[in-house]
Amino acid sequence: MKRIKTVETKDIAKTTATGGCGECQTSCQSACKTSCGVANQQCESKK
Amino acid sequence: MVHQYKLNGYNIVLDTASGSVHTVDEVAYDIIAAYKTHTAEEIVEMILSRYGDREDVTREDILDCISDVGELEKDGKLFSEDKYESLAREYKNNSRVVKALCLHVAHTCNLNCSYCFASQGKYHGERALMSFEVGKRALDFLIENSGTRKNLEVDFFGGEPSLNFDVVKRLVEYAREVEGKHGKNFRFTYTTNGMILTDEMIDFVNRECHNVVLSLDGRREVNDHFRRDYMGRGSYDTIVPNFQKLVKSRGGKGYYVRGTFTHNNVDFTNDLFHMADLGFTELSMEPVVCPPGDLYALTEEDLPKLFEQYEILAKEMLKRKKEGRPITFYHYMLDLKNGPCIYKRITGCGSGTEYMAVTPWGELYPCHQFVGDEKYSLGNVFDGVKNTAVQDEFRGCNSYSREQCRDCWAKLYCSGGCAANAYHATGSINGVYEYGCELFKKRIECAVMMQVAEAEEE
Repeated sequence: MKRIKTVETKDIAKTTATGGCGECQTSCQSACKTSCGVANQQCESKK
Repeated sequence: MVHQYKLNGYNIVLDTASGSVHTVDEVAYDIIAAYKTHTAEEIVEMILSRYGDREDVTREDILDCISDVGELEKDGKLFSEDKYESLAREYKNNSRVVKALCLHVAHTCNLNCSYCFASQGKYHGERALMSFEVGKRALDFLIENSGTRKNLEVDFFGGEPSLNFDVVKRLVEYAREVEGKHGKNFRFTYTTNGMILTDEMIDFVNRECHNVVLSLDGRREVNDHFRRDYMGRGSYDTIVPNFQKLVKSRGGKGYYVRGTFTHNNVDFTNDLFHMADLGFTELSMEPVVCPPGDLYALTEEDLPKLFEQYEILAKEMLKRKKEGRPITFYHYMLDLKNGPCIYKRITGCGSGTEYMAVTPWGELYPCHQFVGDEKYSLGNVFDGVKNTAVQDEFRGCNSYSREQCRDCWAKLYCSGGCAANAYHATGSINGVYEYGCELFKKRIECAVMMQVAEAEEE
């Protein structure tokens, strides 16, 4: 595509079937303790 | 939902339901903005009126770009439908496990920071230390309620946990003794102000703790403004060498030097860069949580300055990475390829359900921010959760549970936000802390921009 570049990302929609193992870190536990952000959490299963 | 923004010379288009990220030129940027509300013919006219003097912008070319947008839409990478709302409710309703506890091993502190949300570690109550028996029962409660979850997280928190270090050690020993038998893996975090970190403590923490959170607000004058002892003496000169020693001997394991910024230091990037100058590379800096009337509360006038600060930080981090001296900022850690699945994104932090705080007496609260607020007491580690009405209220929190989030592009990044912030700002955990939302959205825009910039470099 001439004018559009797509960055490689995980397709969130597909993870409805593969995700949900719940092994990832509780987001507040890691460093912030005052704001909920989930986007920066690591996936434990890397599916 | 599609979110478009321009930052650091990039035109960025996010498709939130699929998680797709696109970088486009200004012509495609305008085409995408008009795609859903205008016909192809109207778009061609509009683009020609804006860019018609450019040789590379022709009618055919515009139609090609419109067709590319259509292709991305067909592939589910643009204008993809958000079908997750019912999933959020179901998933949270069906999940009944506890996987993380914040253990308040010491409701007392050797610092007297005036901005402390926990009222100098006492959480508006009595000073107290957790006994080994209460802590052990809390670990057993976690194991018993964790179902098939293997990884269990425990944060030693306070107050200052170092004031009850013997109990911390015994609890870790106990957890290591029993985790194998139950098929569990304990991951400990230690959150400390660094005032009395002995070599023995450092060795222990570095051996046993998966993560360490080291509280430092940045420059000496900024740190010492709030972070003082009971004699009024600043903590900087004591804690910095302790933290440096700890990090040096940490052997690459995870840690964060974590600060709080207030109205007094809206130029907080200078504090982050100061931390980097001290040799710390894993950094976190959070906006202060306090009533709006407080002298140091962040104001509306601060907001544009803070936005600018987040941009300065993102650009500086890109520069430092290129120069081979990278720093990590907690909120800019985005892994677009291997990040969280949809369940994580819609269900939030898990406070009150899979994550709870435990007081020195074994009482359970939805999270550390609610400790001391009696109406949020959930029960205790001996008898379990009794206040199911409050727990159900927390179980109901997700990306879709707040009306104001419905049309927000960031809801799959913040998961509906922090219940405690919402409560403090609006009186309800189902409210929205709008100031925090503005900062959060800016951080995500910066974090995505950094990913785009790095992808362009490759």
